Amino acid sequence: MADSGSEDIAVIGNTDLTPSESENNVKNAMVEKGTSLLKKMEISVAEAEKRTGKNAVNMQETYTVYLIETRPVDAASEGTNPVPDSLWRRYSEFELLRNYLLVTYPFLVVPPLPEKRAEFVWHKLSADNMDPDFVERRRVGLENFLLRVASHPDLSSDKIFYSFLTEENGWKETVFETGFQAKADSRLKALNATFRVKNPDKRFAEMKHYGDELQSVISQLLRVRARAADRLYGVYKVHGNYGRVFSEWSAIEKEMGDGLQSAGHHMDAYAASVDDILEEEEHYADQLKEYLFYADALRAVCRKHELTQYELEMAAQDLTSKKQQREELATGTIRTFSLKGVTSKLFGQETPEQREAKLKMLETQIEEGEELVKERNAECEEFVKSAWVDIERFKEQKDHDLREALISYAIMQISMCKKGIQVWNNAKECFSKM
Amino acid sequence: MSGSVVDNTVSSGNSSAAIPTDVSGQILDLDEDDDLEVFSKDTTLTDGSSFNASMQTSPASMINQYKFEEDADTKDIFVTVDNPESHVTAIETYITYRVMTKTTRSEFDSSEFEVRRRYQDFLWLKGRLEEAHPTLIVHPLPEKFVVKGMVERFNEDFIETRRRALHRFLNKIAEHPIFSSSEDFKIFLTAASGELTSHKKQGPGFLSRMGDTVKAVAAAVRGVRNRPQEFTEMQEYVEAFSQKIISLDKVTQRIVREQKEYLEELKECGPTYALWSQSEEELAEPLKNVAGCVDRCCKETEEQVKNLSDHLIPVLHEYVLCADTLKAVLRRRDNIQADFEAKTEALATKKANRDTESKVLSLAWASLVGRSPEEVKQQKLKGEIKEMRDDLDKAEDRLEWANNALKSDWTRWQKVMRTDLRSAFVDTAERNVSYYEKCLAVWESFLHSQRTDAEGNGKVDFS
Repeated sequence: MADSGSEDIAVIGNTDLTPSESENNVKNAMVEKGTSLLKKMEISVAEAEKRTGKNAVNMQETYTVYLIETRPVDAASEGTNPVPDSLWRRYSEFELLRNYLLVTYPFLVVPPLPEKRAEFVWHKLSADNMDPDFVERRRVGLENFLLRVASHPDLSSDKIFYSFLTEENGWKETVFETGFQAKADSRLKALNATFRVKNPDKRFAEMKHYGDELQSVISQLLRVRARAADRLYGVYKVHGNYGRVFSEWSAIEKEMGDGLQSAGHHMDAYAASVDDILEEEEHYADQLKEYLFYADALRAVCRKHELTQYELEMAAQDLTSKKQQREELATGTIRTFSLKGVTSKLFGQETPEQREAKLKMLETQIEEGEELVKERNAECEEFVKSAWVDIERFKEQKDHDLREALISYAIMQISMCKKGIQVWNNAKECFSKM
Repeated sequence: MSGSVVDNTVSSGNSSAAIPTDVSGQILDLDEDDDLEVFSKDTTLTDGSSFNASMQTSPASMINQYKFEEDADTKDIFVTVDNPESHVTAIETYITYRVMTKTTRSEFDSSEFEVRRRYQDFLWLKGRLEEAHPTLIVHPLPEKFVVKGMVERFNEDFIETRRRALHRFLNKIAEHPIFSSSEDFKIFLTAASGELTSHKKQGPGFLSRMGDTVKAVAAAVRGVRNRPQEFTEMQEYVEAFSQKIISLDKVTQRIVREQKEYLEELKECGPTYALWSQSEEELAEPLKNVAGCVDRCCKETEEQVKNLSDHLIPVLHEYVLCADTLKAVLRRRDNIQADFEAKTEALATKKANRDTESKVLSLAWASLVGRSPEEVKQQKLKGEIKEMRDDLDKAEDRLEWANNALKSDWTRWQKVMRTDLRSAFVDTAERNVSYYEKCLAVWESFLHSQRTDAEGNGKVDFS
């Protein structure tokens, strides 16, 4: 317990740590990892505000904007506290940033955004996007997203990301100018590749499968947890009725009155305590949700691999068929069916000049084809290499973060039990004075 | 001394309605035979078969029962109810309970007794006590059968709950200064089944009891005129108390329902964590661990729900019935007073009649014939008036006795109620504390395991 060791032992040993403190430990871990960006600046999403304005089709709409604050690291440590640079962004701009990153770094597991609409809600929690609790949780999620990107060894040095943080006006135009949208793969193309690829890297196939499983099991867990939270809420709140009845009963009793009355207060306190408990649990659910969405990002990388592999295979196949055609033309044997072959049989062979011309064209094509295969092969290898590095990084991050999440869940349960013990001990004392 | 296991006299053991000799199972009024348990038409149940070996009261729980009763140093009688057994006869199946008594009282022939009694017998005892002492408060018996929340009428839980309630009932009787010296009580505790049956028959007959009921109804209709303030206050208290205790009963049942639904959901959490652990490598162990913890918490929650149902709810339920008993007692007292008031009025009327008549008649006839029919009538009136006055005196005595009995028993009842409810709530609070302590330990052991893991693997820095 008295270890002055790494912070994670402090996390485990100190059961009085609140879940948000535990999450801070995750953030600190990100910062300490120390990308060059984070070494320079502190990033936070400090506030959220409602705005109204006209949208693209000139209709009134209400939306929320988030204040991004950046502050040079040195200033904070020197004790001076200059006003941070700040700008406002709305959710759709975050989405735009992420889409750009997805297209530009298809070999990286790009951190996810917090959910667009509230899902896995239990009845008390509002599904309304304008609900202040939802907005607050989203604010935290957006800050988390920025920190994740800023702590990624590759993503943190992206210029568009940097200007997202620092340049309020004209950022959108800058993004569009990169032409990233043109580079995006069509869904159809990707789907086609998934079905037709013959020889994807086994590790990626396994990762994709893992991504599927992770998504499925976390969804199930979130659903079950939400239902259990609903029920637990009911249990606690009904105890509030004890409070009311004890209070009424104490009015007709002489000696029992005081004990009953004070016991009733503790029952009210017990009923009220569930609100905090479930709010903390929502925190835990958010941590799970992040990895639910991360699973998607993981699968995207695997799909991209399938696509590059497929394109390589296509190019190779094309090359092989062209080589075959050349061979047939050179030796005069026609092994493959071709219209030329049929017509030449019917209408006579082509002239040697025509054959020469054709051969020459084929040679060119074959040369180009070999270049293409070489290119694609290099692309594929490059992709596999970088992607696998990032996947390994992601695995480690995931193992660490989820373990921390489980620990914070246990801490939450412990805190809930301690509260319960306190309330019922108090109630017991009051009852014994009845 | 110990009752025979199979009670062959059951067919005529019904204490109220006389049963025709050609009775077949269908004609028996099930309302009267409260423990005519048809829980199983399975006649392979052998005579005296034990219902369930685990129903035996363990020495430990018996000690707990004694602890609850050991408040007075002067306590000289200990009663326990345990060991339910089912009995099968040609026409019915029912359950008997073993009633054991240990006493140092001199009016008992011996210091230890063991008999077997069925629910009917308890009902009989209660009826006798109420008859003999209409304004004393008799602790309620468990109901005939539970209406809500019971799927099978006579499953293990029901029988155990009933057994506990019967045990409490007898102990309340034994602790009552007046009831515990009742002859009926003594016979209940000590007589063999046959003896008890014949003693039961000796009570006031069916017809005389009917007559009492008619009188009581008449009195109730008449109503009481000058109820003393303290009894009115008592009635107001009972009304309010009844409402509160019913509310508490309902709230507690609702809590049990919600807990059960929570448990249903929680039961799915553990397996989901376990499923997840199968896809993971590093995370597999902590996930499996969490799954185990959630499962253990489920077990504890299940036990806690059972505790509420087994301990708090029956006590609250008993006091709901108590409230009804109190209302009945107050009604009976009112009837006794109404009866007294009616007799007072009747006597006054009679006297007034006599006075008017004697004035009119004595002048006219006395000189003529000497002893006249009217004089005979006068004699008769005089006799009637004397009778009525005697009656009235008795009624006055009865009323005074009833009022005093009720007043002192009321004080007594309030003390007992306070003790019972206090200990039931304290008990519940303790169990809740224990529940949370157990869950706390579960999660702390998880944290501990994660900590030792981290140190053991030398994983000081996860990033």
